[in-house]
Amino acid sequence: MFSGEQIASVLDELGVSHVVTVPDSTVGPWQSAIEQRGRARIVRVCREGEAWQVAAGLHLGGKTPLVLIQCTGLFESGDAIRNALHDWKLPLFSIIGYRSYLNQDTLPGDTCLVFTEPVLDTWRIEYRLIASPSQFGEIAEHYAACKAAAKPGAILIGEGKA
Amino acid sequence: MSAKEALVAIHATRKEDDVVITTMTPARDWMTLPQSALDLVLVPSAMGHATSIGLGLALAQPERRVIVCNGDGSMLMNLGSLVSIASAGATNVVVIVFDNGVYEVTGAQPLPSPGVDFAAIARGSGFASVFDYSDGDRWRNDVERILNAPGPVLAVLHVEPVVGVPGPRSPGPAADRARRLRDALSR
Repeated sequence: MFSGEQIASVLDELGVSHVVTVPDSTVGPWQSAIEQRGRARIVRVCREGEAWQVAAGLHLGGKTPLVLIQCTGLFESGDAIRNALHDWKLPLFSIIGYRSYLNQDTLPGDTCLVFTEPVLDTWRIEYRLIASPSQFGEIAEHYAACKAAAKPGAILIGEGKA
Repeated sequence: MSAKEALVAIHATRKEDDVVITTMTPARDWMTLPQSALDLVLVPSAMGHATSIGLGLALAQPERRVIVCNGDGSMLMNLGSLVSIASAGATNVVVIVFDNGVYEVTGAQPLPSPGVDFAAIARGSGFASVFDYSDGDRWRNDVERILNAPGPVLAVLHVEPVVGVPGPRSPGPAADRARRLRDALSR
């Protein structure tokens, strides 16, 4: 839906210092554009739970991290989210790829569609669902709103269509 | 050696501007020592994530050394973090694994496989300096050299389990402690 250059540009605009990430086939290809732009540093981790806790450390150290993962990794991340966002009350922001949201041809009946939004609700993460390129501006809008309120937030990016 | 005597040596050797993260058994014993504004007693924690928070802090504050005192059970829960630390080039991270072969804070149940070679795993993950200690006197003699070794550093300390002692209690509301640490790190 969005090019790496578009995402790199909005991350610059938001002042993101580090993108802590595990790739999928939609958000993974953004890495090279983010790196080429050279403002936000990519931090590659082995599993998504790690990403939230690395972001927690970056935030405590005064940086502005963003977690970039797929919804499958959101499911893996539960305890790390509970601890960072709710025990330590850190206002971490994330961009999460929503597998199969736009097209289920590859994975008919993908249960990501059943669980992703309820899991975000359970973890009390306010999210904005982006399902069309015309919503690009909402990424910065939602980020700014969460930052102003000093609370966690997420952008859920529909995946499954070029 | 005991975990407490190993921690006393770290406490005496750490620099004023080092960040020290402790969790599980090391956290319990660390809290009995004088505290610094740059200590992060990671209680409550997420399962095994002290090394990940340490990586984030180290990347945010590359001029500081970040010492992570971790349990062996916690290390097993997040082994991939060693690869993440090395691949991020976080040369200011020191991971100290307190290896007692058990989940001590839950009553000393055995790990899935006591005797895991954490030193070999750290080497294979790309750590620049790796050490392994069982003797308290040797550890006390060497701790300064180890903390100053080219990073990232991992030291395995084989310590005796302590059975029947309660696990660490939170030293206060986590959110308040997070704010205080963030403030201390911004000075």
